[in-house]
Amino acid sequence: MSRVSKSNELLRFSERGIYCPPADVYIDPWRPVDRAIITHGHSDHARAGHGHYLAHRFTTAIMKHRLGEGLSYQSVDYGDSVNINGVTFTFIPAGHILGSCQLRIEYKGHIGVVSGDYKLEDDGISGCYEPIPCHTLITECTFGLPLFNWKEDHLVKEELNTWVKENALSGKNSVLLGYSLGKAQRLQHMLETDLPIYVHGAVHHMNAIYEHCGISLPPTIYPQDTKKPEGPCVVIAPPSVLGTPWLRKFAPFASSMASGWMSLRGPRRRRSVDKGFVLSDHMDWKGLHTVMDETRPERVICTHGYTDIFAQYLREQGIEAITEKTEFETEQTE
Amino acid sequence: MRDFADMFQAVDGSTKTTVKTQALKNYFDKADPKDKVWAIAIMSHRRPKRPMTTTLLREWAAEYAEIPLWLFEDSYHIAGDLAETITLLCHSRESDIEDSRSLDDFMKFIISMKGMDTEAQRVLVQETWRTLDYTSCFIFNKLLTGNFRMGVSQKLMQRSLSLSVGIEENVIAHKLMGDWTPASIDFQELILDIQPENMASKPYPFYLAYSMPGRSKELGDPKDWQVEWKWDGIRGQVILRDAHLYVWTRGEELVTDRYPEFTSFTESIFDGTVLDGEIMAFKDGMPLDFQALQKRIGRKIISNKLMEEIPVVFMIYDLLEHEGKDIRQLPMSERRALLEVIVKKAHNENLLISPLVEFKEWIDLDSLIQTAREKRCEGFMLKHKESAYEVGRKKGNWWKWKVDPYSIDAVLTFAMRGHGRRANLYTDYTFGLWQDGELITFAKAYSGLSDKEFNRVDSFVRKNTVQRFGPVRQVKPELVFELAFEGIAHSNRHKSGVAVRFPRMVRWRTDKKASEANKLSDLIDLIPEDGRNQDG
Ligand SMILES: [Zn+2]
Repeated sequence: MSRVSKSNELLRFSERGIYCPPADVYIDPWRPVDRAIITHGHSDHARAGHGHYLAHRFTTAIMKHRLGEGLSYQSVDYGDSVNINGVTFTFIPAGHILGSCQLRIEYKGHIGVVSGDYKLEDDGISGCYEPIPCHTLITECTFGLPLFNWKEDHLVKEELNTWVKENALSGKNSVLLGYSLGKAQRLQHMLETDLPIYVHGAVHHMNAIYEHCGISLPPTIYPQDTKKPEGPCVVIAPPSVLGTPWLRKFAPFASSMASGWMSLRGPRRRRSVDKGFVLSDHMDWKGLHTVMDETRPERVICTHGYTDIFAQYLREQGIEAITEKTEFETEQTE
Repeated sequence: MRDFADMFQAVDGSTKTTVKTQALKNYFDKADPKDKVWAIAIMSHRRPKRPMTTTLLREWAAEYAEIPLWLFEDSYHIAGDLAETITLLCHSRESDIEDSRSLDDFMKFIISMKGMDTEAQRVLVQETWRTLDYTSCFIFNKLLTGNFRMGVSQKLMQRSLSLSVGIEENVIAHKLMGDWTPASIDFQELILDIQPENMASKPYPFYLAYSMPGRSKELGDPKDWQVEWKWDGIRGQVILRDAHLYVWTRGEELVTDRYPEFTSFTESIFDGTVLDGEIMAFKDGMPLDFQALQKRIGRKIISNKLMEEIPVVFMIYDLLEHEGKDIRQLPMSERRALLEVIVKKAHNENLLISPLVEFKEWIDLDSLIQTAREKRCEGFMLKHKESAYEVGRKKGNWWKWKVDPYSIDAVLTFAMRGHGRRANLYTDYTFGLWQDGELITFAKAYSGLSDKEFNRVDSFVRKNTVQRFGPVRQVKPELVFELAFEGIAHSNRHKSGVAVRFPRMVRWRTDKKASEANKLSDLIDLIPEDGRNQDG
């Protein structure tokens, strides 16, 4: 029997999610199932309604906050393996957000990997991506186009801190907009400032989970009242606050958005913000190539992002590649 | 180039007029005069012609980025902008680039590449990419592809320049008209000199109208208003000075040679006259359809046969200069009176005056506008009789009042991904109309739906793809949309035999089945019949 049919036997795409028949579990399912393994805590991967959740302990901490305390959770650590009906699931860091894991799935000598969402560069707070040599790789390709190549973190960091400083000099507060789980904490981690940092409620709650998991972030203020802050400050919030009274009390301010999409001029200009930072929690074009080089998969299944294009490119490079439809989303900015 | 790139970044990165004006003024305050003339030229659509085809640029960029050409094309389709795509793939990622070339150096370099053999061009272009940071590389590529737009209106540029040099904005606007190039003029002569020698050919800035926001009766007493038909040709200015004729379009193109019909104006009209009007294809007392004028616009050599087939007239709206004097500040009614005398004396069949529409009450116009289509007009122009001829687009004294667009219900047949923000969504659509049980493609449209609707159509497209052709998906013919468009004519360049102008989606007819959409014959019935269509 060929490897390809073995992989079909090991992992299958169904209406409910990525299914592993011998273990009878789903990975990041998008419809309610009995047993789910979750790669990370973003809402398109960790959904409500499953009977039993297995995930990294940081991810279960996030799920307890988002989905509720009283569900059936089982927690593991990085590097831990769980055996289900002869299938071994190993949790390997993905470098995407707090607790994010790739799943290494071994069964009868065949190794499959589900990437979840992942990122190459170690940002210091999201775990550090490790390559996993495998036969079958199920990968995201949110930014699977040669247009997308991230700058190194230290360059974005410099750009960010310079911008904050310039705003303060011209009497403006700096508003940094980014997704409340992952991006917001990365921005805080990058900030080097003596100014007070105000955070939105959504960010505040996620910060608490990071702290609970032993990741220290700079001190922040969660404003409980509608008073205007005194003196210059930095504000971190999800993009949904644009145009709300919550944000207005920080006027006068300059606003910025941090996302991989900010590499494109169209989205940068259409977002009504003053500045775009190219900062993504996903693999860029080079990153995806590094993954292919280091893990040498025989077969790649592209799940979300520029799947058609990336799969076609891989086929031309001699790698068997197909696409499968899922309900995972590309990098969220809201 | 650094100062220009910084200015571009400030202007491009902001939506606030105050920020843009300040950035431009700073630039005009400090930049080298040679660079300033180029900057003005770039911002007033006087860019040099591109030195090579974009096909070559794409090949070179794909080669340089080490990706297959199809992947370059797909990336381009998603970024939506060729220069941006090339820049993202080819700019230098070194953080310490020092580039001492000025904007003037760059422009001369770009111009010098024109006519070189392509191999030499390739080496120069790829070598330049290697030395430029993101912003400079983007500007370079924009100049190479010949479509550099700064996100700065002419008005804003003129205001900033005015603030920088202390010369009144309207005077600057007038000085910048015409077909000067940075090679033929310096900053002193272009902007600072009080009476430059080359003013003779210069047109006045055009006065443009906004669409009437409410109902005509809100404009007050109808007796205060002059109403004309809104003709559908090319807005132009005819200048007679120093025994010379100059014909300008609103796009500031000098087109005197394209319309030999106008040569006789020098005999019919006195020197020192400037007329504002519409260049129109016109025959037997009526405009020809919009396709006809297109045929004339493209031609540089005009045969007698073409002039006979598609004769062109100048339909005059206004008199701007009379007996060598700028009379733009006189009231409309006085300018009109002078104009009527000029046209009467001229006796020239290629020189018509835009007739006044007779009406007593505003309500009379409501029914009259319904006849606009038969007259091949777009609607009315409403001008206050006291109005001066102003500069640029202004509200209040002139309004355009357009007739409702044509509309038809068509079936979605093909879809392509959109650009930029919609790069992940299928938002560029092709539409068909029924003929003998088959859908015949007749138009493409990209705009008119809400984000929510685009999302729903996108998911329909993904679930109902019948076939793929590269980035294009053929879909099950199920969805019906009402399309609106401004003009319609016979055409043998289109498979449907019909060309429509400015098509867009007005609404999604979720109440209609595909079989209930219109037939191609319904569309053909909309074409105003006069048996004289040019290529039907
Ligand atoms: Zn994620």
